[in-house]
Amino acid sequence: MLARRIIPCLDCDLAVPQGRVVKGIEFKQIRYAGVPWELATRYYEEGADEIVFLDITASSERRDTMKSVIRTTAKNVFVPLAVGGGIKSVEDVRSVFKAGADKVTVNTTALKMPEIISEIAEEYGSQACVVAVDAKRRDSPGEDRISVPTSQGDSWFECSFYGGRKFTGIDAIAWAMKAEELGAGEILLTSMDRDGTYDGFDLPLTEAVCKRVRIPVIASGGCGNAKHIFEAFSKTGASAALAASIFHYDEWRVDMVKRYLAERGVHVRV
Amino acid sequence: MTIAVVDYGVGNLFSIYNALERVEAQPELVTEPEGLAGFEGVVVPGVGSFGRCMRRLSRFEGVLSEALDEGTPILGICVGMQVLFERSEESPEEGLGWISGDVIRLPRSVLVPQMGWNTLSIKQEAKILEGIGEEDFFYFVHSYHCVPKDRSVLVATADYGLQLAAAVSRDNLFAVQFHPEKSGQKGLKILENFVRLARC
Repeated sequence: MLARRIIPCLDCDLAVPQGRVVKGIEFKQIRYAGVPWELATRYYEEGADEIVFLDITASSERRDTMKSVIRTTAKNVFVPLAVGGGIKSVEDVRSVFKAGADKVTVNTTALKMPEIISEIAEEYGSQACVVAVDAKRRDSPGEDRISVPTSQGDSWFECSFYGGRKFTGIDAIAWAMKAEELGAGEILLTSMDRDGTYDGFDLPLTEAVCKRVRIPVIASGGCGNAKHIFEAFSKTGASAALAASIFHYDEWRVDMVKRYLAERGVHVRV
Repeated sequence: MTIAVVDYGVGNLFSIYNALERVEAQPELVTEPEGLAGFEGVVVPGVGSFGRCMRRLSRFEGVLSEALDEGTPILGICVGMQVLFERSEESPEEGLGWISGDVIRLPRSVLVPQMGWNTLSIKQEAKILEGIGEEDFFYFVHSYHCVPKDRSVLVATADYGLQLAAAVSRDNLFAVQFHPEKSGQKGLKILENFVRLARC
């Protein structure tokens, strides 16, 4: 039986040499956490099942920095490495794979040119193509929206791009289903309302997507402790849980989270 | 200790290269068949479709057969395991046929691909799995699985709706469906075992 995965996520600002890991709150305020490859190596040694790097830099020199971050990490980390953020073309995709990434995560570019999902899947396999969906809760779903019952009443979720700065008007759940059809191997589903809040994952949103796709869903946004991860695994079909802040600031170690889950009957790799 | 990694133009070989370096092998990516002579061990990686792998691997078929006959340890990984079999439901191309049997699609009852960490059920003692137990996890990513005709080659299975072949071995030929280079310390242990086998 497959184990549920714990995935530390490193948001990287690559405007400095070696890059630095930062963490935003609800996609806005920023806090510094460490050097990407060093943190990734620590999480690997603690038992992370996979590592995600997201490039949140706005500058243009980042591509070379990202390559060197991936290369250094891949020499020390022997679990799958996913890289996203700032991937604008198939050429960018090739460059991160060439540096040693195992998967790419696409968001904005996939929304603007969905065919890139199929192109990545074709060349590197579906498992290498993760589609990131940043979802924002909205009130009063109309006829054309997928309605989800939440604690705040019936809602729908709008898909955002450009790192949460712009909205698409697209239904996030419908988009996840479309991404699967195009060849995505996984959905990285982030609740923008919960991101950085420590309030726990958005369970209704997560389950709504899990119910509608046949590919693994990674729950993301809002993880504040191991209990939140336990809830995500016991109340939704999520295959993996992604967390950032709880690991960066020494509140939890990956092995502590896994022990907590194992003691409560969740099948994890320990 | 020199280990060749056959670089036949599929997928990314950095992971396997880095992992072999970590276990103190001296890996070399070999892009031409004539470059394959004189290594102590050969790794055949593989990602993507069976047919695409076979089409690109075919020019290495002769030298790989020679290496196999000479007793050089060979390790197939993922689709690099599947191509050792006779054929696959995935593509019309013939496999190397070194192990008799077919490669078939995972059943409809499970999520395809199998992607993630799974444990092994060990069927027989084998040097390649020295130091590996049934509580250890390995990283799998695949949509098809191998069905050996001769069950005696089967070293370990994994439970994914059915018992699928996770590791096979016959004389100097070894193959794993999972990715040892992406399976943490235990994966590195398997590569270390392979390198040790190549050394003796």
